[in-house]
Amino acid sequence: MESYSWEDLQNIFLMQGFAGISLFSVLLLMGLGLAVIFGQMGVINMAHGEFMALGAYTVYLCSTLTAEYAPSFGPYYFVVAIFIAFIICALVGAAVEWLMIRRLYHRPLDTLLATWGLSLIMQQTFRSTFGAREVTPTLPEWLMGSYSPKEGLDIPINGMFVLGLAIAVSLALLLFMYKSSFGLRLRATVQNRKMSGAVGINTNSVDRLAFALGCGIAGIAGAAFTTIGSTGPDSGSRYIVDAFLVVVFGGAASLMGSLASAFGIAQAQSILEFFLEGTKGKVATLLVIVVALMIRPQGLFPSKVRAH
Amino acid sequence: MKQRTPSLHRRLLPVVGLLALSAITASAKPPTSEVNTTGLAVTDDTVTVGQLHSATGTMAISETGSIQAEQLAIDQINAAGGVLGRQIKVIKEDGASDWPTFAEKAKKLLVSDKVGTVFGCWTSASRKAVLPVFEKENGMLYYPTFYEGLEQSKNVIYTGQEATQQIIAGLDWIVKEKKAKTFYLIGSDYIWPRTSAKIARKHIENVIKGTVVGEEYYALGHTQFGSLINKIKLKKPDVIYAIVVGGSNVSFYKQLKAAGITSAKQTLLTISVTEDEVLGIGGENLVGFYSAMKYFQSLDNENNKTFVKAFKDKYGANSVIGDVTQAGYLGPWLWKAAVEKANSFDIDKIAAASPGLELTTAPEGYVKVHPNHHLWSKLRIGQWGTDGQAKVLYESELIEPDPFPKGYQ
Repeated sequence: MESYSWEDLQNIFLMQGFAGISLFSVLLLMGLGLAVIFGQMGVINMAHGEFMALGAYTVYLCSTLTAEYAPSFGPYYFVVAIFIAFIICALVGAAVEWLMIRRLYHRPLDTLLATWGLSLIMQQTFRSTFGAREVTPTLPEWLMGSYSPKEGLDIPINGMFVLGLAIAVSLALLLFMYKSSFGLRLRATVQNRKMSGAVGINTNSVDRLAFALGCGIAGIAGAAFTTIGSTGPDSGSRYIVDAFLVVVFGGAASLMGSLASAFGIAQAQSILEFFLEGTKGKVATLLVIVVALMIRPQGLFPSKVRAH
Repeated sequence: MKQRTPSLHRRLLPVVGLLALSAITASAKPPTSEVNTTGLAVTDDTVTVGQLHSATGTMAISETGSIQAEQLAIDQINAAGGVLGRQIKVIKEDGASDWPTFAEKAKKLLVSDKVGTVFGCWTSASRKAVLPVFEKENGMLYYPTFYEGLEQSKNVIYTGQEATQQIIAGLDWIVKEKKAKTFYLIGSDYIWPRTSAKIARKHIENVIKGTVVGEEYYALGHTQFGSLINKIKLKKPDVIYAIVVGGSNVSFYKQLKAAGITSAKQTLLTISVTEDEVLGIGGENLVGFYSAMKYFQSLDNENNKTFVKAFKDKYGANSVIGDVTQAGYLGPWLWKAAVEKANSFDIDKIAAASPGLELTTAPEGYVKVHPNHHLWSKLRIGQWGTDGQAKVLYESELIEPDPFPKGYQ
């Protein structure tokens, strides 16, 4: 084994810790929207990845439009674009719920198939609109580069940005679910749909809002990922596996579970990738998850909701 | 639906055109029975060829450039009178990024359409899938991508570089320029990066007498390189040697930059980034890094200027031309030269006529077909700028293709 200076090891330890946390925030953002839709409504949204891609394309559009019509707005457009991505994805989500999902609530396997079909349609739409090549929005300069408090220690700024965003979205979502009246109605509907209807909750509109919320969060996630990678028509299908991994491992109906599982998977993967090489690290991570799910098939934090 | 009958004048127009054309070329044109003895789709006025790429699916991003360049070459050949006085007709098939589909479509082109030749494939996987079909049905394939070597077939002309052509001269250059001793090899996890890294490692260890301090592969589509970047920082290699492919590229270079690894502090040489990839990665994330390729869009010679202008006129001012696109453009011209040298469309005669063929009009300069059906070509080192174009810093001599390199396996 080669010898490294104590200074080096300290820096690497810090940066490696941050790499794990950064991956955690990415996984969390991916999983949250899915957790809302899957956990709260029991709908498996196979088009989740495509909603993320829609968010990313929205940012790309905003970037192009800004460069064209308001170049001076360049440094700030990104923050606004994230909101726009949320709104567009939520609107499309609401439309999809109204057109398709609400007719299929009693046929969970058919929703699986229908949302998969939707994902194909969205992919082809992206391909026809934006072309087959991958695109990247022009990012404001303050998002690139690194924060370097001392020689040899570099913390990526885009990583910190995604981390901050993930924390903000999680907190907002938790507050929304547990402190707002809509959250109360949503949780009531999840626990007992008929009873909720009987006490005057409009369960149809609760469903639509929940689906729109999940899709909107997917849009934020997609927007945030433009700082890390590029966007192509089939980017969505790359995201979806990790998103499902987080949600299933966490225990399908719980936001806390998603949080815990995103953290666990991220740390395992980044540590294993450091000590093994890339592909082997991923394989080892997946093996750990498989074993964990064999011992605990209900996931880390299963919901205690009675099945209806 | 009722269709309007075109006027007599318009119906006669093509006939008149054809008559005029055949009047011009009749004297120079050898009879079909002589130039086509194996029943290919050749008539007195036309010859049909196939084009087999992925127009859809994940590879469409990369293959679009080759499709466009081949079409451009065919259009230019037709405008100049065709091949042996025959206009080229193209049948386009879509391999859809799916390897069995490639094999099926290859069979259709060769057996049902009887095409004179095929321009196509991009990934090694698709080439491996169609190769048995081409050998069994005795077809001819012009393959444009730089690839891992270890292959040679009577039925394929490889217009891209094989691995040793692309790797060895590039490594020698970086060692000479940067006094590099330690290397970190990073690739996507499939045959081309792995074989290339193997050749690079042999050359580094046995010839350069340097050390490989790390060698790693990441799944195609991998987007998180945080841990890898930390390892690079710990090992402090003189050179990062990158063979990362596809969408992963974008994440890789963005995260390198975000982690403070820029060309000011670190030398990086890649054999997998062309102008096409830079479009996605963004020039600002690559600034100062090096690519080893046989062709760059910025090459300063008359052939290339004409080619770039024709390409942009046809496909738009914003289109870019990468190494593989240029190699795709060579295919139809090399085929035309082989047919004319053989004075025949027969596959066996083209295969026999190909070795020794020279192309002085190639945008990359001059190429020559080797008896092993690969091309003699030069290697260039380009340094990327923010505008997504490379500045060519080095140009090798013509390098002999050696798909089965001794001492490198």
